[in-house]
Amino acid sequence: MKALSPLLTVLAITGLALLAGRSHDGLVLVAVILPYSAFAFFLVGLCFRVLRWAWTPVPFRIPTTCGQQKSLPWIKPASLDNPSTGWGAFRRMTLEILLFRSLFRNNRARLHDRRLVLGDDGFLWLGALAFHWSLLVVLLRHLRLFIQPVPVFVSAISKLDGVFQVGIPILYISDVVILGALLYLVARRFRNPIVRYVSLPTDYLALFLLLGTAISGLLMRFVFRVDVAAIKQFALGLAVFHPAVTSCLTPIFLVHLLLAGTLAAYFPFSQLMHLGGVFLSPTRNLANDNRSARHINPWNDPVTTHSYAEWEREFADKLKAAKLPLEAENAGQTNRD
Amino acid sequence: MPDKLIAIEQKRPEGDWRDAKVEFRKGTICYSAAPKNIAYLGLPNPREWQPFDVDWKLPPNWKEIVLDGMKERLRKYRSFRLFMEICVRCGACADKCHFYVGSGDSKNMPVLRAELMRSVYRHYFTLTGRLFGSLVGARELTEDVIKEWFYYFYQCTECRRCSVFCPYGIDTAEITMMARELLDLIGCNINWVMEPAANCYRTGNHLGIQPHAFQDSIQFAADEAAEITGLPIEVPINRKGAEVLFVMPSADYFGTPHYYTLLGYLMLFNEIGLDYTVSAFASEGGNFGLFSSHELMKRLNSKIYEEAKRLRVKWILGGECGHMWRVFHQYMDTMNGPADFLEPPVSPITGTHFENARSTRAVHICEFTADLIHHGKLQLDPSRNNRWNVTYHDSCNPARAMGLLEEPRYILKSVCRNFHEMPENTIREQTFCCGSGAGLGTDENLEMRLRGGFPRANAVKYVQEKHGVNLLACICAIDKATLPTLMEYWVPGVEVAGVHELLGNALVMTGEKERTTDLRGEPFAKEVAAHE
Repeated sequence: MKALSPLLTVLAITGLALLAGRSHDGLVLVAVILPYSAFAFFLVGLCFRVLRWAWTPVPFRIPTTCGQQKSLPWIKPASLDNPSTGWGAFRRMTLEILLFRSLFRNNRARLHDRRLVLGDDGFLWLGALAFHWSLLVVLLRHLRLFIQPVPVFVSAISKLDGVFQVGIPILYISDVVILGALLYLVARRFRNPIVRYVSLPTDYLALFLLLGTAISGLLMRFVFRVDVAAIKQFALGLAVFHPAVTSCLTPIFLVHLLLAGTLAAYFPFSQLMHLGGVFLSPTRNLANDNRSARHINPWNDPVTTHSYAEWEREFADKLKAAKLPLEAENAGQTNRD
Repeated sequence: MPDKLIAIEQKRPEGDWRDAKVEFRKGTICYSAAPKNIAYLGLPNPREWQPFDVDWKLPPNWKEIVLDGMKERLRKYRSFRLFMEICVRCGACADKCHFYVGSGDSKNMPVLRAELMRSVYRHYFTLTGRLFGSLVGARELTEDVIKEWFYYFYQCTECRRCSVFCPYGIDTAEITMMARELLDLIGCNINWVMEPAANCYRTGNHLGIQPHAFQDSIQFAADEAAEITGLPIEVPINRKGAEVLFVMPSADYFGTPHYYTLLGYLMLFNEIGLDYTVSAFASEGGNFGLFSSHELMKRLNSKIYEEAKRLRVKWILGGECGHMWRVFHQYMDTMNGPADFLEPPVSPITGTHFENARSTRAVHICEFTADLIHHGKLQLDPSRNNRWNVTYHDSCNPARAMGLLEEPRYILKSVCRNFHEMPENTIREQTFCCGSGAGLGTDENLEMRLRGGFPRANAVKYVQEKHGVNLLACICAIDKATLPTLMEYWVPGVEVAGVHELLGNALVMTGEKERTTDLRGEPFAKEVAAHE
């Protein structure tokens, strides 16, 4: 049921896009006002959130260590999973961000015959990795619409992405992968009882927006064929701040545009901000050099303590009886007075 | 294996987790902190109450206090703000929590434990939460939510296992620490944390042992070590000008089997002629402030450096204790440093510079001993541990907040002949908690402790059946206090010991009398313990 409202939201957005195509004002709204405002929301929101995290202090150095520390010279440290230097932490973060190393560890705990059995579970890692990498490729391929002449790396990626030369127009590997991965992630949210239980409507909303954008994009390419050259004209116009309402604004393109725009505008308000947050996570991006280099807490609030002098005053008699040395010579007497 | 608790309900979770009603049942909760302890520490709202009560006697403006507290912490801790905002509920952490595995209670999944607080965060601190409420997972803060927080944030041992698996490194321990701080602000805390903390603040140690009794206990152990070895063993207390201040958890001189570990330390120090002192003021390495608030942690920890400075020692050596070492490693220098009155630690026996401790100037006893063994400074007879077939339990904090993994293993493999590891995803950084850490190791909480300890016990059972393991070695005082009960329940026949107890058994001391019994007074076994 938690998926119903997000589904209706995405359908309503689709309907809105189709409706907008029927009037000139609607076209201006979806094709001109929306792209700019969505982009502004995305950029300002993203920066605001990331900067707010960055400006929030890290009072303590709390890396989660996942391997042997660097201690004695003859014990081999796990320089990646328990980095002792900034460079090590950088490498740890690189693997985390590019390969989802922590998620790769995932396993499943199941009770089997009154025993706990821990088995491998690599599907989530695979699905997540497939989705994120294909999304990156898709986004990079889209650059050819906004830049003229098309940069070499963008053409190269497109060429590589279509290396199998299947279908007319050529079917990109990333298109297939992103669709498959998204469907897996949606199915997992529905089918895995634990994940279904913890999911919020916003989790479905993000997935449905992504899925809607991907499907409408594929439909543009293979079913309701659009004029790519005209769309590029339109996109370039947007890029140089000369937007124009042109004939390329077919219903399916408007749907694609509105879904993508909504996703971008919604991004900074959502958990999708993990994109920026993962870089700033203090359990991952700090070196475990706690005892060799002092970490400074910028606020380090003063506290009240029970000092040795107070302690000695309170227990002076007992210290004397036990013949333990006292700091204050007459501590015992003053206490008794 | 006991039937009652293994009947864990693995049914599909139903209903909506945002329903905050919690049933408080004996055996699964810790009792409230006694007002005298709260008052002694000068913390808010000391009063008589119990979690079973309908009325928790919260201050009239409790809601404002909690929300203001949240606001303050969101500003002070990036970890808190970040972990409130970036979770995508992928579920990778769900079955990594020993309490979830052992209880089947879905709110023990780390993701939901955090959502209990995130939902409130969204309602009061985010635009979408204010506008869309429950559609974006926001929830109002009510008294029921406070009770739910109390139940579940005192059902987390801050072991950080989930944070190993989280793709963003979200650490439930951080969230639990924040929740407990917020609960502290309105006086909802547990006695098993607050009494040791109050004792520690007053007397210097959790057990409230005063200096003369401290001296008696230490003297008793020294005498016993002398009797076992036939050597004069003395332990200096509060001695100025010693090279090393040795700090241990108070359980070492008051609990069993911790006590045998203490004997091991004393024999070791005597054998190598270490110039050291213990302190009746800094008579506790453990720090139950860690389980309450950063502020209290700092207040209790301050005595370590203060005493090291007063006694004019050169550096600090720390005994076997898990959470003490999280504090020593990740907090002490930042909170109460710089330790510029100490010197970077150098082993007086081997000359090794402990480079990794050059700022904090505190060395773990396992690092110190491993270095001694590596340099051939100790004569060891592993056959004296023949009756044991050993496995090693990585304590959560040394494993996941330090990475102290190989040092204790190196010692164990040098002092006993039979050593077998538990399965790899239950040890090292993936080690399972004893289920009683973070102040939950009290008897009124026994059922939940046994449930939480089930995954650990299950792995011990595996090596017991496969290799005949009969001893679980560890380097944590809470482990030593609570694992024996856990073993008795799930894996009868397995005992618990500190690493330095086994070292003490194997240590051949210069001029010692002929030894026939181990530190527990049991005769040395001639035959090697049965193993595969």
